[in-house]
Amino acid sequence: MITTTDLTKVYRARGREVTALDGVDLHVREGEVYGVIGQSGAGKSSLIRCVNLLERPTSGTVSVDGQDLTALAGRGPRAGKELRRARSRIGMVFQHFNLLSSRTVQDNVELPLEILGKTGKERSRKALELLDLVGLADQAKAYPAQLSGGQKQRVGIARALAGDPKVLLSDEATSALDPETTRSILALLRDLNRQLGLTVLLITHEMDVVKSVCDSAALMENGRIVESGTVSDLLATPGSELAAALFPLDGEASGADRTVVDVTFQGESATQPVISQLARTYNIDISILGAAIDTVGGLQVGRMRIELPGRYEDNVVPIGFLREKGLQIDVPGHESALVKEGAK
Amino acid sequence: MTWSEMQPLLEQACWDTLYMVGWSTLIAVVGGLPLGILLVLTDRGGLLQNLAANKVIGQIVNIARSLPFIILMVALMSFTRWITGTTIGREAAIVPLAVGAIPFFARLVETAVREVDHGLVEAVQAMGGNTWTIVRKVLVPESLPSLISSTTTTVVALIGYSAMAGTVGAGGLGDIAIRYGYQRFETGLMWITVAILAVVISLIQFAGDYAARSLHRRGAHSGPAPRLRLLKAAS
Ligand SMILES: Nc1ncnc2c1ncn2[C@@H]1O[C@H](COP(=O)(O)OP(=O)(O)OP(=O)(O)O)[C@@H](O)[C@H]1O
Ligand SMILES: [Mg+2]
Repeated sequence: MITTTDLTKVYRARGREVTALDGVDLHVREGEVYGVIGQSGAGKSSLIRCVNLLERPTSGTVSVDGQDLTALAGRGPRAGKELRRARSRIGMVFQHFNLLSSRTVQDNVELPLEILGKTGKERSRKALELLDLVGLADQAKAYPAQLSGGQKQRVGIARALAGDPKVLLSDEATSALDPETTRSILALLRDLNRQLGLTVLLITHEMDVVKSVCDSAALMENGRIVESGTVSDLLATPGSELAAALFPLDGEASGADRTVVDVTFQGESATQPVISQLARTYNIDISILGAAIDTVGGLQVGRMRIELPGRYEDNVVPIGFLREKGLQIDVPGHESALVKEGAK
Repeated sequence: MTWSEMQPLLEQACWDTLYMVGWSTLIAVVGGLPLGILLVLTDRGGLLQNLAANKVIGQIVNIARSLPFIILMVALMSFTRWITGTTIGREAAIVPLAVGAIPFFARLVETAVREVDHGLVEAVQAMGGNTWTIVRKVLVPESLPSLISSTTTTVVALIGYSAMAGTVGAGGLGDIAIRYGYQRFETGLMWITVAILAVVISLIQFAGDYAARSLHRRGAHSGPAPRLRLLKAAS
């Protein structure tokens, strides 16, 4: 639905050059919620703003719903007619809501419809329908200044949906909201994704956001995507930074001659009594350092950090046994070796 | 001088002032609003970025603003004659008043429009709006409280300038104060004129502030109240 190929963005300001995007290949499938996470300055906003060409990429292409937007003309900051039409089919919500204070809630939602040249009657019907969808039907005549942050973002979402977009872009839509309001806005996005089949690309710096709504995720660092995939694939990837961040485990080895092993259970494997099988088969004592069960992207996942006696070299066989059982095993400190092995 | 002698003089003067200030304000708004918006749009990072044009407009505005009104009036004599057919009287005074007020108002507009949150512009761009849509639906309505305050300031400034217009026989309250009060020592008439001017200016300022504030109230603007912002803009 959204594909970028080798996207780069270099800002030039007063002789200084900042490479905000450095060869980004993003692929967002139709109907999924895709989260891009990364630290401040990683280039997340630059990426999302390149998707609807609010920012013109320095090189590379962007296509949305099969249309190559980078091919649509428009010089400098000015967008040509074709590009403007394409943008009207891409909704966008903003961290600071960006509602017009001079207009009522309903008039704010009607604005994109005015741009599309809809008649007054069509506009108010559609606006009221959307306000109802986001749960703000009773606030239609209020001004944005009279609303709470969460309500303002609902108006922002209603407005973004006015042009019946297939794609919704969200740049830190919940970053200005408290945790509870964040949850309700995320739930709304999730509902819209399911009900309307809306493809959502969202930018965030909060892992919880990815955890609660995303089907897929990408991690950005220094203008590059360093990891990406569906959440369940990421969790199944040994040494995945995203997986570790999505599902952190702690617990230190109790001695030098011990091996710490992280076990991830998903689906089938979660129901097998593997740990007791392991202890019986190899006659070893296993201590559990930490464990948790959580829902990530709607998926039940369990993780456990266990400790085996002996060095890593001594435990190759038991670790192999766990792998055979279909479990995902990470051995902290030995990831690089494992990833290399996996790559061969 | 008795009241019955003063009354027709004052009445005529009030009408003359109203006439001159009214028309020149109208022209200043019609001319200064697009100019001020253009100054923002053509600036670096603006929607119609064009630094050369920006510089030219900016220079013209600066020069016109820095000329003392009385000099502007003299300098524009032939232009005034070309437009109105005369260089004397109310109509003739409107030309230099308007020419002086356009750049003045344009700078105030520029400041007001610059304060509009760029995020709003971006939101409308993301909806597929073009520059004209952004001007009409974002820049003007969102800066309306400040624009109203700017208009008030311009009206008050024009009342001041219109006193000097008396020197070309345009009449008006300022003219009465100078001709009768200063030159013929009619102190009573002068003070009445001053009082009328003070009341008129206060009323205009009050009405302007009230309009700006009532529009402002529904908005979520943070930052200084429009009056304060205006003083900054004018300085
Ligand atoms: N308009 C601009 N002009 C110059 N440099 C810019 C501009 N916008 C962004 N940058 C630079 O590009 C880099 C990436 O910025 P970007 O806003 O994309 O990061 P981000 O991941 O969204 O960060 P945050 O989480 O703080 O929003 C930063 O180094 C930033 O300073
Ligand atoms: Mg950002």
